[in-house]
This record gives sequence, C-alpha cells and structure tokens, in this order.
Amino acid sequence: MKLHEFQSKALLSAGGIGVPEGRVALTAAEARDAAAALGATKIAVKSQILAGGRGLAGGVQLVSTPEQAGVAAAAMLGRTLVTEQTGPAGSRVNRVLIETAVRPVRNLYLSLSIDVASAEIMVLAGAEGSEDIERRLQSGETRLERISMGTGNALAEDVAINLAKRIGLVSSDLPSAFAQLLDQLRRIFVELDATLLEINPLAVTEEGGFVAVDAKMIIDDNALFRHPELVALRDEHDDDAVELVAQNRQLNYLRMDGNIGLAVNGAGLGLATLDMVYAANGKPANFMDIRTTATSLDVAHGFTLLLNNPAVRSILVNVHGGGMQPCDTIADGLGIAMRRTGRTCPVIVRLAGNNAEYARFRFANFGCKVIDCPDMWTAVTRATSAAQSNGERL
Amino acid sequence: MTILVDQNTRVICQGMTGWAGTHYSAAMLEYGTRIVGGVTPGKGGTYHLNLPVFNEVADAMRETGANASMVFVPPENAAAAMIEAIEAGMPLVVALTERVPVQDMLRVRAALKQSSTVLVGPNSQGVLSPGVCKIGVMATGSERKGQIGILSRSASLTSEVIAQVSAVGLGQSTTVGIGGDAIHGLSMRDCMQLFLADRDTHGVIVIGEIGGSEEQELAELLTEIKPDIPIVGLVVGRHAPTERRMGHAGAFAQSAANDAQSKINALEEAGVIIAKSPHLVGQAIREAMAVSV
Repeated sequence: MKLHEFQSKALLSAGGIGVPEGRVALTAAEARDAAAALGATKIAVKSQILAGGRGLAGGVQLVSTPEQAGVAAAAMLGRTLVTEQTGPAGSRVNRVLIETAVRPVRNLYLSLSIDVASAEIMVLAGAEGSEDIERRLQSGETRLERISMGTGNALAEDVAINLAKRIGLVSSDLPSAFAQLLDQLRRIFVELDATLLEINPLAVTEEGGFVAVDAKMIIDDNALFRHPELVALRDEHDDDAVELVAQNRQLNYLRMDGNIGLAVNGAGLGLATLDMVYAANGKPANFMDIRTTATSLDVAHGFTLLLNNPAVRSILVNVHGGGMQPCDTIADGLGIAMRRTGRTCPVIVRLAGNNAEYARFRFANFGCKVIDCPDMWTAVTRATSAAQSNGERL
Repeated sequence: MTILVDQNTRVICQGMTGWAGTHYSAAMLEYGTRIVGGVTPGKGGTYHLNLPVFNEVADAMRETGANASMVFVPPENAAAAMIEAIEAGMPLVVALTERVPVQDMLRVRAALKQSSTVLVGPNSQGVLSPGVCKIGVMATGSERKGQIGILSRSASLTSEVIAQVSAVGLGQSTTVGIGGDAIHGLSMRDCMQLFLADRDTHGVIVIGEIGGSEEQELAELLTEIKPDIPIVGLVVGRHAPTERRMGHAGAFAQSAANDAQSKINALEEAGVIIAKSPHLVGQAIREAMAVSV
C-alpha cells in the first residue's frame, strides 16, 4: 500500500523524525488559510498523488504569500497530473500539502528498502538528494552508498557513522546525529512493515538537524493484518478505487485500453494469456487474475466489472482449474454476473483441469451461452476475432 | 529417480488441524503421500485424520521419523512455523501459505543460512513426483510419470504445462513450484542444479515471469556448466500492464533488467530453447527431446 507524502510524514514525525510544518488542504480557500496559519515567507504547495516525479511535472510550487498559495492550489486541485511515473493517464490531485519551505544547508538522499537478492534490508545514502536522482544515477552524475541492515536489528554505531562520513557528513555532531536518525528510521521501517521508506531530499539544516523534505512510504499489503490503523490510510478516492475493491474480492484487476475482457485464474497464466492476446493482434480491456481464494461471488464481482465496461466487445475466460480452485467456481461466478447484468456479449472459454466437465454443466444450468474452445490458442483467436467484428451476436 | 521427494519421503503437516491442512492432507493421503503426522501447538497428543498430532516439529520428527514438512499455517504464523522446522533440522520444508509478510521472510532466509534445510516456497503450489509423492495443493489427473523436470514460479501455468507435456506423450520426473513471492527459499538456479544431478531427468522446462532476476542467475549457471540435456524456457509478462510506479532510487540500485525480454534474451544466450508461445511448451519439449535422443 502506497502512502501519500502527508501520511508518510505524519508517520515519520510520530517516530521522531523532523518534517516541515504543514497542513493538508482540499480546497484553494483551505490552502490559503493553511498558508496563513503557517506564517512563513516561503511556502511549498505540493500535489498529493501516489506517484513520484511531481516536481518536474509542475505538481509542486514555491510561493511567498497565502494568496499565492491559494492560487497555486486552485491550479492543482481537481486536475490530472501526468508525471513520468503515473503513465499517460496521470493521477487526479484531490489534496495539496501546504508546508513551510525548508532552507537546507545540504540535501541528502536516504532510503530503506528490501533487497530481494540478499533478502535483507538495504540502506542507500547519497550526498546529493534531488528529485531527478534516478536520472542522475543513470548518467553517473551522482552515486549512492549502500549498507545492509540485515533483518532489521540495530546497526553497530560505527557502521552508521562510517556511512555518514561516506556521504560527506564530517563536521562536529553530524555523523552521530545521522546514526541516531538512521536508527529511528529503522524502527519505523520494521514496526510498520514497510517495504520502502525513502527521504529525498533529506535536508541538513543550519542548526545541524535533519528534516525530511519529501517522503515516500510503501507498506507491505501482506502485513496489514498487523496494522489495522494503517488500513484506514488507504486512499479510497484514488484512481485505483475499482482495483482496490477488486483486491478485497481476491481479484488482481488492472484496467487497460483494449476491448477484450480477460479473466484468468492465476497470475502466471494471466500474463501468458495477455501475451497470447497481443500475439493474436488483440487488445485486452483489462488484466484480471482470479486468486485461488476467490469464491464464486468474488468471481461474479470481477465478471460484473468486465460486463459493465462498455469498451468490452468479447470476454475471454482462460481457466486451468487447480487443487484450490476448480473450474466450476469460475463458471458459477460468470453465470451469476451474466444474470445480474443482463448484458450479452460473446464469451469465449477455455476450461481445463480440475472440474472442467462439471463447469460445463454449471454453464448450462445458468443458461449461459459460451463458446467452448479446446485449447488456449483457439480461445484467444476466437475472442480476438469476436472483438474485432464489433461484438458479433452469438 | 526424482528430486526433493521420493518413495521414502515421510511428511508431517504443520497446521494439519486447520481447514487447509485437513483438506489438502486428506487429498495427499489419497494420492499416496506418506503423511506420518501433524503439528499444531496445543493439540499434541491428539489424533487427526487418524494421524498423531504433536505440539512441536522436533517431537514429530523424533516420534515419526519425518524427513519433510509442509506448512499450511496462516500468514500470521507461517514464518514462525518455517523457522521452527528449519531449526529442528527438517531436511525439506514446503511452504504453501500465501501472503506471508516480506519482513517475516527476511528472518526465514536468515535462519536458512545457518542450516541445510531446503525450503520450497512460500506461496508455492508444492512439489509433485507423479505416482511417487505429492506435497502441495495442485490438482492431479493430467500428470504422467516421466523424465521431464518442471520448475516454475506460477501454479496455474505449471498445471497448464504439465497437461501439455503429458499430451505430447512425455511425462514428469518432478514438478517444483518455487513460489511466486519475491523472497522465497529454493531459487531457480538451485532447483535446476538438483534436476541436472538427477539421472532420470532427461529434460527440464523452466517457467519464468517478469520481476526479480532469478532467470538471469539461472542463465549464468547454464552458461557456466553447459548442461547436456535440453532446457526449454517460457517467460511470460512481455505485455504486462505497467502499474503506476512509486519510483525510487532503490529500484534503480537493484539494477538488473527484470522485464520479460531481458530474461528471454539471457536464457536464450545460455542455450535455453524458448517456447514461441505459452500454448507451445509441450511441442517445444517434444521437439527438443526428439533431437537429443
């Protein structure tokens, strides 16, 4: 679960990390009032979306007066921000964060994340934090120092101090202050089951303190059972609301821009089916992997999404029934959804494995007319031609 | 011969008294797997599915001579169950549990470093040697005893490939689901080494997908040792939808290109025969075996 900047900063602040004083605003008037309440002469107005690259795309403005903050917020709120990380569809800005701008002596880079190869927590630190750090790393203009934090136990102090020195923190108390900061971040990362905690930039202030000017956090979805308080932070108004509801129904659903509604059991078979659809010159309207834990009612929810999508011209169901999820669960879900929506559109199915034969009886019982194909490729080509002929009648 | 399991595999089920443990243990007993007991803390001394239940893995090993464990414990306690089996010295642990928190898996991997246990999974469909032993949740019926090893990150695609292999008249020595999670036990590379050391595995099918860099690490191994049996590969996700990224420099630092085409290229350069489409894996292995004979 990705967190917004303002949410990440609240969690960092609760963990003892310095963050700029700030408030969230939903309207231009709130933004103006928030800026006035801060009483600062330099104010940052920051779009809150769940993707990076905001600054470079105009999603962050620096202003000097509350009025200007209001104007900047008005220009951002309700608009769709397209950054290099949102994809062409962009993300709608529903909130802005109004903050006292920080005057840094230096900007650093610091992150904790999971290193898959070593199965350890990885700390990356850099002497130059900046929003375009990925590009600067790629071009070799800057570099990051890396240390391992193992499974999340406290680092020996000299390891942290040594890291501080490697990113140029040498004067007076800075190295030990950095070591303390790193330990606080470690606690936050471990206690909240984060998979990413990135502070970029991390400002060093004139007073020798550290302030998180920007923050990104991702919490492990699989660990949310340990953090009911974090579940409430999930942004239900985000563009992915449909996908989130689907997640709760044991469906991995992603919208795409084609016309073939796709339903497959299992992520691997789903990816394989997508590849075959493209190979047949078809265009999927979505990716939908039905998890093994989905019930027939969950599956019905997924098929309802497909049937209610006006772009869908044909539906392709590719199921290899396994030990955890037989074919008939999928058939029942489709039957329920077709009755519920009343929509007819060519439904091409490929059923194999556990209970494939029984699933055919279920289709018949529901009165579902489906085009039953003996193998995956036949089903893919039939679904593609059905979609291209603009939803031929059965 | 097979890998990981054979006719002497004696299995205990951690979490046997729960719904999943009960359901799948019963199915495995029916298949012929020698399940010799279960472990559920607090239920030691009782019987379930006519098998003795123990409080701890160590007790179960001592009393039953078990040499493999399968973990059907819910995500909340799955890592603790895996670590208990690893610390008890269980030779093989197959973890079927899905959605284990990633930080828990860091501790499991740390425990593995100091042991000789082979962990398969989590989020694995299990290990199946047709007619010999099944430890997992896979449906059976389309598998056939034979000489092809199958190594996969995906359960549903494995079922599909098993059916294709059987349909072209070949069979499987062992099929292994190494698990769909980023951090897991047995790697593709290590699993391939087991297959290459097995005299009765005459060909291997590798099913990979986008994400991670295990296919590339496998390619390095194959380049190094140049196996004398055919290896067929399928990598899916060439056209996976791109999710909005919360980009960060850490992803950059991990650097290895994790898209399907990079993996296909790496495997192809290492001598792997890439199946032209997911529906042509059976045909690819049949052709490769015909040439090698």
